[in-house]
Amino acid sequence: MSDIFEIEDLRLTYSDNNESLRGVSMRIPEHAITVLFGPAGGGKSTLLRVLNRLNDLADVKQVSGRVLFHGQDLLSPTVDVVELRRKVGIVFSRPAPLPLSIYENVCYGLRIMGERRKARLDEAVERGLRQAMLWEEVYDRLDASGFALSGGQQQRLCLARTLALQPEVVLLDEPTSALDPISTARIEEMMQTLKDVYTIVIAPHNVQQAARVADQAAFFLQGELIEWGDRGQIFVRPRDRRTQEYIEGRFG
Amino acid sequence: MNERPMMLSSVNRQGLTPRRVQQLGYGLLRLISLITVLPIFLVVVYIVVRGVPSIDWEFLTAMPREGMRAGGILPAIIGTVYLTLGTAVFAVPLGVAAGVYIAEYAADNAWTRLIRIAIINLAGIPSVVYGLFGFGLFVIFLGFGTSILAASLTLAIMTLPVIISTTEEALRSVPQSFRVVSISLGATRWQTIWRVVLPQALPGILTGVILGLERAAGETAPILFTGAAFFLPRLPQSPLDATMALPYHIFVISTQVPGMPVQIQFGTVLVLLVFVLGMNLVATLIRSRARARREW
Repeated sequence: MSDIFEIEDLRLTYSDNNESLRGVSMRIPEHAITVLFGPAGGGKSTLLRVLNRLNDLADVKQVSGRVLFHGQDLLSPTVDVVELRRKVGIVFSRPAPLPLSIYENVCYGLRIMGERRKARLDEAVERGLRQAMLWEEVYDRLDASGFALSGGQQQRLCLARTLALQPEVVLLDEPTSALDPISTARIEEMMQTLKDVYTIVIAPHNVQQAARVADQAAFFLQGELIEWGDRGQIFVRPRDRRTQEYIEGRFG
Repeated sequence: MNERPMMLSSVNRQGLTPRRVQQLGYGLLRLISLITVLPIFLVVVYIVVRGVPSIDWEFLTAMPREGMRAGGILPAIIGTVYLTLGTAVFAVPLGVAAGVYIAEYAADNAWTRLIRIAIINLAGIPSVVYGLFGFGLFVIFLGFGTSILAASLTLAIMTLPVIISTTEEALRSVPQSFRVVSISLGATRWQTIWRVVLPQALPGILTGVILGLERAAGETAPILFTGAAFFLPRLPQSPLDATMALPYHIFVISTQVPGMPVQIQFGTVLVLLVFVLGMNLVATLIRSRARARREW
């Protein structure tokens, strides 16, 4: 497995002087599920938002270090962020349909790219919805509003929307925190099939989910990467006492 | 058991119980709201009752005759329509663009704050000052003369603050998450505004535009020096012609023409009122329909 991201001594400070990442170095392998876990405020979300430069929208005061994506530093000002975001998609913790129909939600990214051919759009919509396991539930009402769906369906719609762009990486920021256990199980199951095609980086919403879905895991505590490695090592034989204590539920 | 039975109601208690204070408070508030609505209601009813008898086909479609003491008020109606449209042509693109810039692009710095203060102050300037400003700039300096063009531009400047602030407000009410999602899917800032934010803000923007234009339609002072004519025997032929207009016409027939039949005055006022309230009604409909449809 080769590494798709290489992160070297990444530091990030928000404008309120909160140092959200304090010298993070790790690698993210292709076609695997990498889990970023740890208590709230650890920097997991911040790191996800660095990987597709969505942090450009936030009040970031200072960033240093390097984040290589296929060997190219994506923090460089010359990076085409629009292109980057097409290759590195994200799904947020709260289901966030756009105020458009189901169909238009899924093909939004393609339309933005200027795709007008109906056949291409139809094809992308169906493929995205099938990959997100939503097609069977909505194929007969693609013109209905995205808001007409249930919470779990909305979240799968958001996933379909990201997948329709055929990205290389899918970032999932606590994608099941607003969902019921059944929808959560569906999304976790889906991740296992998706990793054959995509690289997945997820900030799970609890440590159990981290343990269930991980191939690789990285433990974050207050902006520091405490340790990272493959699932067996992190969840069975953690090297750091803090990792062990967090996994055992002694703090959180 | 020698306890006294508990009373659920306060029938045997004297004085101001919390419940009674609350009822009194509600009653008072209801009364006050009624008092504020009453004058508007009375004015409208009075004008309708006195004005309706003079409204007929000729009144709406004929030129004034006998020194405006008979005939219709067509040139004033047409003039007000032209002025309102002219105002829209200049104020809507400029105001909406400025609102989009301030809400979506401008950084929060001294320059933006200065612009905002300027807009707020613009809204507070008395309309007669706009009239004099328009006279100086458009009529004399730019040489447009007393014309629909000069009057429309003057009204447009007066309307801008309303359109800018309502546009800004309408854009700010669109959830931030829509923008983040759109940008995360590879959209540029402008694509995001054009495809997601503006369509959602459109009803709010339209409402602001109509309310701004409505005010422009009813104003007298800004057009007094810039485009309104006392009396013209023909309809305006070009934007550089002066024009009659309803608000100024009302002023003229109420104060400047001796022996003016009073029903013509009421009829004219009624026409202006219907024009303005009609626009208001459209704005209200747009807003309530958008509210009912909104999903977020």
